[in-house]
Amino acid sequence: MSTSSSSALNAGLAAPPLDVERIRRDFPFLATGVAYLDSANTSQRPLPVLAAMDAYHTQFNANVHRGAYKASEQATERYEATRETVRRFLNARSRREIIYTRGTTEGINLVAHSWARPSLRPGDLMVLTIMEHHSNLVPWQLVAEATGARIEYVDIDEGGELRQDQFRALLEQEPKLVAFAQVSNNLGTINPYREMTAAAKAAGAVVLIDGAQGAPHLGVDVQATGCDFYAFSGHKICGPTGAGILYGRRELLEAMPPFMAGGDMIKTVTTSGTTFAPLPEKFEAGTQAIAQVIGLGTAIDYVSEIGLAAIHEHEQQLTEYALEAMSEIDGLRLFGPPAQRRAGVVPFDLAGVHPHDVATILDRHGVAVRAGHNCAQPLMRRLDVPAVARASFYLYTTRAEVDRLLVALRDAQRIFA
Amino acid sequence: MVDDQFYREYILDHYKNPRNFGRLEKPDVSHEELNPLCGDVIGMDFKLAEGRIEDVRFHGRGCAISQASASLLTERLKGMPLEEARKISKEEVLEELGIQISPARIKCALLSLKVVKVGAYGLAEEEFEEDEDDS
Repeated sequence: MSTSSSSALNAGLAAPPLDVERIRRDFPFLATGVAYLDSANTSQRPLPVLAAMDAYHTQFNANVHRGAYKASEQATERYEATRETVRRFLNARSRREIIYTRGTTEGINLVAHSWARPSLRPGDLMVLTIMEHHSNLVPWQLVAEATGARIEYVDIDEGGELRQDQFRALLEQEPKLVAFAQVSNNLGTINPYREMTAAAKAAGAVVLIDGAQGAPHLGVDVQATGCDFYAFSGHKICGPTGAGILYGRRELLEAMPPFMAGGDMIKTVTTSGTTFAPLPEKFEAGTQAIAQVIGLGTAIDYVSEIGLAAIHEHEQQLTEYALEAMSEIDGLRLFGPPAQRRAGVVPFDLAGVHPHDVATILDRHGVAVRAGHNCAQPLMRRLDVPAVARASFYLYTTRAEVDRLLVALRDAQRIFA
Repeated sequence: MVDDQFYREYILDHYKNPRNFGRLEKPDVSHEELNPLCGDVIGMDFKLAEGRIEDVRFHGRGCAISQASASLLTERLKGMPLEEARKISKEEVLEELGIQISPARIKCALLSLKVVKVGAYGLAEEEFEEDEDDS
């Protein structure tokens, strides 16, 4: 097979190949010997991230924004440093546009609660897609129930890509909101998010991009893209669980009421009322996940230093290799677009073997994959399968691990023959 | 290759050749349950007579564990007095499967029993779930 990348995204970037063996030494979990092919679910964490969190806990463990002593100052400094790291990573205009959350789900819920509910009226249209993760579906369904707004879903074609003709037709109905995944967690499809955002903005919609799968593999330039909101999770980009980011365009965030109320998000509180802190604290009530936020900043530095272009190219080569090899297995059905238009996500169905059984047998071979509806029941219904098995790759994944997957798949076929 | 103690011959046999699979015409009781973790569905039709389960069929789709468990359970239920069926415990169902079930798969193994308990006895879904957490 060809080793040159056919990625349109990387055209002209020709990233140098990753030194995967060196990278793997940074990830202690990999020493367990498990072929970890579930990074779209949660990634592994490298030593620098663990060390950064450890340093906080052992050397300057204190609350932020309020202590008049050295440890608190140091904690605050490191905690706020992540905001600048994220601002640069997303190319946001201002640090005030970077809100700390627990993860993508909280970010989307924040927008649903504080922007959509006060803004939408009965009959208003929200456009979603059939490939969305439940976290980018259910919050909007609740908004629809509460406001009387309606939802339309953009379908996919047989190759697992969004029907752009249908999307354009829906835009003619002037939706108030367009929300979609940059990269599908189930199909791996890289949606043409820049073009879709530009078209949606031209139609007058507010645009939210679910970057849970996009941020770790492609990154984003929010200014060039022009989206209003962009949410992602730390734990899929080599950071810890419990810390994520919501980017919001400042004008919108300024006008929105708070999501959660409590300490740290106020300016003055009297018995008759409260004025709120300026951005970003207005949306950060209570003590945040300080260690995790520090870990997230370190993770983004780690990934950025290696380079997302190189990581993406590595994943694409693995995906091409896996797709080609898996297509040679009789009775194995692959879902999703060609390798050049997908992130390192390979969903499949093995005839006669339920995805749960596939995952159990793979586990007995030391190969970890996800199996189930993968938080996208509408998509499963659309594909007419109860569930799928899904292998997903990241910067530390090797061809040898893909080979172990192939051996285990053939064993699953043998057992169920 | 893994020497598999999990997917034993009889489990695979019940999966590939499920007993009492299909629907009954005019059942006295019919009930379906969904495993929300994986989307698997199992339904059962019962024909009752003189306090006994005269006939039973199951339908639905799912993994080898849930299908084999349902198949084994229907074999046992056929002809059984309702009073006795009411007392079938989760432990018994797991024991009959005869393999070590991991926590992640326990809901697969017990889905068919849930159909019986919730469907045939009107046990609230929550009661079954709570009971499961205790076991």
